[in-house]
Amino acid sequence: MLFQPAIIALLLASAVSVLMLAAAAPFALQLVRHWDIRSGSERQLQLERRTYLMSTLLSFVFATQLLALLLFVFNADKMSVMFVGAMCAVGTLNANEFGFPALISQIGVFFLAAAWLVVNHADSRAYDYPLVRVKYLLLLGMLPFVALAFGLQLEYFLNLKADVITSCCGSLFSGEAKTLTGDASAMAPQQAMILFYSALALVIVAALFNVRQPRGGYLVAGLSGIAFVAAMIGIVSFVSLYVYEHPHHHCPFCLLKPEYDYQGYWLYLPLFSATASGLGVGALQPFARIPSLATIVPQLARRLSWITALGFALFTAVATFMIWNSNLILLEG
Amino acid sequence: MKIWIQKQQALIDFTLASLARRKLKNAGLLLVYTLIVFLLASVMLYTSALRHDAAAVLKNSPEVIVQRMVAGRHDLIPPGYLEKLGRIRGVQKKEGRLWGYYYDPVVKANYTLMVPMAEAPGAEKVADANIVVGAAVARERGLVPGNLISFRSYSGKLFSFTVADVLPHAAELVSADLILLSEADYRAFFEIPAGHYTDIALSVANPQEVRKIASKLSEALPDSRPILREEVLRTYESIFNWREGIVLVLLSGSILAFAIFAWEKASGLSAEEKREIGILKAIGWETGDVLKMKFWEGVLVSLTAFLLGYIAAYLHVFSFSAALFEPVLKGWAVLYPRFELTPVVDGFQIATLFFFTVFPYTVATIVPIWRAAITDPDAVMRG
Repeated sequence: MLFQPAIIALLLASAVSVLMLAAAAPFALQLVRHWDIRSGSERQLQLERRTYLMSTLLSFVFATQLLALLLFVFNADKMSVMFVGAMCAVGTLNANEFGFPALISQIGVFFLAAAWLVVNHADSRAYDYPLVRVKYLLLLGMLPFVALAFGLQLEYFLNLKADVITSCCGSLFSGEAKTLTGDASAMAPQQAMILFYSALALVIVAALFNVRQPRGGYLVAGLSGIAFVAAMIGIVSFVSLYVYEHPHHHCPFCLLKPEYDYQGYWLYLPLFSATASGLGVGALQPFARIPSLATIVPQLARRLSWITALGFALFTAVATFMIWNSNLILLEG
Repeated sequence: MKIWIQKQQALIDFTLASLARRKLKNAGLLLVYTLIVFLLASVMLYTSALRHDAAAVLKNSPEVIVQRMVAGRHDLIPPGYLEKLGRIRGVQKKEGRLWGYYYDPVVKANYTLMVPMAEAPGAEKVADANIVVGAAVARERGLVPGNLISFRSYSGKLFSFTVADVLPHAAELVSADLILLSEADYRAFFEIPAGHYTDIALSVANPQEVRKIASKLSEALPDSRPILREEVLRTYESIFNWREGIVLVLLSGSILAFAIFAWEKASGLSAEEKREIGILKAIGWETGDVLKMKFWEGVLVSLTAFLLGYIAAYLHVFSFSAALFEPVLKGWAVLYPRFELTPVVDGFQIATLFFFTVFPYTVATIVPIWRAAITDPDAVMRG
């Protein structure tokens, strides 16, 4: 199944990203070892110049990863016609055991990349580049993840054989399935709703609090992560039901389809950007005490906390509106 | 925020002016870039339109077709077979179909002879000794309604038919080689006794029951072969995707060449350009600003090339029938239908195309741009 245009495009993008990061790794090591802002030596000058290349390269790689995530989901949805029993992205991703790991690793890389970009932004605004070492160490730490995402994707596409009988979202997300996604949808809507709204309320409050007093970075980041998971569970277990107006259709991907007026984008765009900036707040927190960042970090953290609070609030509002607007009655009373 | 936007506006303004100053060099790059986008977009638009049309054509075909197999070959349905099928829950209608191929030595091509289903449009025109012909047949044999035409059957007898009508051009994709005739004529022409059929068509209302019905069929009639519409569709989808992928892989050589070309263009800075960057840095631009300017340059060039190439490809495919790629992507036949493709454009396709063109361009230009951006002002101005 390699000769599908979108698959070629995705593999090309991932492979080039891995190659670029791998090519950057020796330079990153050099930077970590020899960086000395006070020195005026030739090497230091060269390293300083190289940082420009590195941050451009990495911003590009990470922007690519974001686009690739979108294309990956689109592609899975498009290919569903080629698999017996697959009606949307779930069926395609389920066609072999690498589908969902590939998607999850892609999402993971996306969030890591976003956090890195936030740190990079803070660093480039300080006059003495205090985070260069940290940044490039982090980069070296991320390389395996990007490579893993590429490997999973390659494995997934190589093992993809058209015509395999896969399960449609109807059976996967039904209560009997003994998978994580099955558990998520099997959760009673009432419980899921409590979890959903309380996690979102907590993260919004924490983010707003952080706007006033930017000290709770880790809290915001942790809560963002929890809220992201709770939001996904909520989408699978009840929001999607209200959108489809069908008590057993738990699919988180069909929301993105034209049949449902692309409503999913209204959910996923705020959710992903809010989570990414929430994690970014946490990534900044350890550097608040560095003197040259003393004014920059709180300022940036404030702004990101705003985005987090607004994003999650928008997400909650959209989800609530969908429930409100639906003709389905899931909970009585 | 406002300041940021103003800054970007100023940068774009400057970039445009700077691009315009080196018209010839940039025009060359733009031309090659546009050509690449045009080639790839043509392939993608064409295959996606073919896929779309195949799906549209199959939409009206029966959900299940049952063929009888004898020694692994397709055979006629004997009398009593339809009854043996019995009533299968979920099947709305079952009907025996009569069709076959006839080789016409005059045009050296095969026609499909078919008895129209009772309620099919145009069926009332097919009286005994009358035929309705497809557009390609009419074209090849120079037929108009009212003409008389004779065919020598496989048994050697000569049969004459009056052409009652020519099928509309709009349906040519499916009916190019089609000849519709009445059941009595068909049976006489091919000498097929009453009660026999070529195959059986089943209509199923609920698409989710199709597979169940197919498995019931093969249980009840082990010598039958059910062909499902969704399987046909899936196969078309795979084939066209595969063809598209192969062509794209073949074109990957040109993408690589283009990336090398872009790299060369971006790294071979003229003395004038170098001086420009040197002066900019001397008057206070930072390396980051030069990078931003180059970034906007890339965006502008890519967007222009992408739009131009895509529009050209659209015209090529939908107005000029993709003259360049037709032989590879369409397949061939003696009586090939002439058809216009329905324009289909989707975001997914554009995103894929983006990865094939803008992505390699950007990858190829990052390092040269950085090299240009770190130029020392004094080194340039002294040199």
